[in-house]
Amino acid sequence: MQTRFSFGGDEHIFAEVDESMSLEAFFKSLFVTNAVRDAKIKGVTEICPANASYQIKFDPDQIKPDDMLAELKRLDSSTEKSEPVIKTRIIEIPVLYNDPWTHETLMRFRERHQDPDGTDLEYAARINNLDSVDAFVKAHSSAPWFVSMVGFVAGLPFLYQMVERKRQLQAPKYLRPRTDTPRLTVGHGGCFSCIYSVRGAGGYQMFGITPMPIYDPNQKISYLRDFMCLFRPGDIVKWKPIDRAAYDAAVEDVDAGRFVPVIRDVSFSLTEFNNDIDAYNRKLEGVLHAH
Amino acid sequence: MPIKVLKPGLATTVQDLGRPGYYHIGIPLSGGMDRHALAAANLLVGNEEGAAVLEAVFMGPELEFTDDALVAVTGAELPPKLDGAPRETWTGFKVKRGQKLSFDFLKQGARAYIAIAGGIDVPVVLGSRSTYALGALGGFKGRKIEAGDELPIGTSAAPVKEGRSIAKELRGMPAGKPTELRAMPGLYWHRLTETAGSGFFSDTWKVAPEADRIGYRFKGGKPLEFVPREPPFGAGSDPSNITDACYPYGSIQVPGGTEPIVLHRDAVSGGGYFMVGTVIAADMDLIGQLQPNTPVKFVKVGMEQALAARHDRAGLLARLRSSLA
Repeated sequence: MQTRFSFGGDEHIFAEVDESMSLEAFFKSLFVTNAVRDAKIKGVTEICPANASYQIKFDPDQIKPDDMLAELKRLDSSTEKSEPVIKTRIIEIPVLYNDPWTHETLMRFRERHQDPDGTDLEYAARINNLDSVDAFVKAHSSAPWFVSMVGFVAGLPFLYQMVERKRQLQAPKYLRPRTDTPRLTVGHGGCFSCIYSVRGAGGYQMFGITPMPIYDPNQKISYLRDFMCLFRPGDIVKWKPIDRAAYDAAVEDVDAGRFVPVIRDVSFSLTEFNNDIDAYNRKLEGVLHAH
Repeated sequence: MPIKVLKPGLATTVQDLGRPGYYHIGIPLSGGMDRHALAAANLLVGNEEGAAVLEAVFMGPELEFTDDALVAVTGAELPPKLDGAPRETWTGFKVKRGQKLSFDFLKQGARAYIAIAGGIDVPVVLGSRSTYALGALGGFKGRKIEAGDELPIGTSAAPVKEGRSIAKELRGMPAGKPTELRAMPGLYWHRLTETAGSGFFSDTWKVAPEADRIGYRFKGGKPLEFVPREPPFGAGSDPSNITDACYPYGSIQVPGGTEPIVLHRDAVSGGGYFMVGTVIAADMDLIGQLQPNTPVKFVKVGMEQALAARHDRAGLLARLRSSLA
């Protein structure tokens, strides 16, 4: 992987680690942006890791664009020697798959979909060669996912499935984007899943909904009091399929201020993960439910 | 004493100079789309340049003052009226307690900045009073103002006289037809064929109706052709798709190769569309003053020209400051 650099006008440097998505490219993006943060370069105002790229915003009145680029290239090449290990968190996200709210919405925008006669879940199951919606839900929720980018809108996580490429679920975006998506919809586009942090436009397939808020600009929800966005790039997510009764109970707990998300600190080694993916994922899940 | 909103206008929001530092989690800068006009309005009423003001787009609000105040309206030519009597734009004027400020029809530009001495005193969220409506964050309750709202006003730190005004040549509004927006090619420019690349800069585009604080869409140019490729894993099958990445402010994405979108202060922070380049920082204020249907040409520049233009724009604000000193 040879990072490609480009100026984005006079205030940004855009760096493409790789054209294709991979955990290797994502780790590099995470490591370089961490190094940029630690370097405390004068004039840097935004440091944004993304899936397989990253972006720095700077003030050219404080650092010359060519000096900024030289510094970034130096940090980019020096991270190549880093051991791909991160200290991060694993977070359990309860999901009511096939819920009534995304169902109502997907029916409303059916003419914008590839398969107007089915649902998003039925379509995704079929194009991924799975024989039922249940099999698709199982494939979606059995392995954990990496938060490989946070953005588009406030606090929205892009999630990358932690399985071999041939097992990764893929689905195109809607033919034309919807003008509405329920808040906290679990969506999927390309190889990425996401959670819509706010209600709004969207083009990803809709699979379900979580009762667990991930963005709270008023910072009233207990676990979002310290910061209004839950996710950070590098977090690991494990979906937990729940039924309607559990969903309703969780919503009630959130409203009453007694919902406690399951979040555990964990160390992740990309090398060990690649050696035996399924065993490593079982170990991660063990961390989640260890008492 | 607060200001009462009688009519809100079309999409009037509280804005200051913005909220840097949170783009990596999808919270954009926000802040006035025309920062030069925003700073000018504040200076006319004795505020700091970055105090919170109202940004009104296309149509002004109707406001009732519950206390005496000094007010200035800059940016778009949206003529203010005090109890029905006309007042000048780009000039500080006094408002008496109980008087109503309303606006005539828009004559030129798109966004007017309404500064009130003391500034609009909504809570500071993540370092700024700016409204980010998509995230229901900052400003007045995280949204555009509505009839019945009461906007809190701060205390004026350094009262100034009424009647000071900004000379026309210091206003920095778009001039010339078509409006020229200077842009640096880059990012995913290499995805375009040579013909498409030169067509992008030689075509005349028009501002589309979908033009807001998130981004400005343009139409009317030739569709762009792509260099053929095997889609990279994660990018998606359309030739305009990329593996979802960050979007620079001012970046020009062209979904499907048809209608360019220039991201502005409430930008979506990333996504899966390729970008052909970036409008330079010095020309971003101009975009905020473009009405739908305005003809626009993108002018190709390099870094040296971008920095020279940046220097010129800073010089304009410096001259504006000293004209009031």
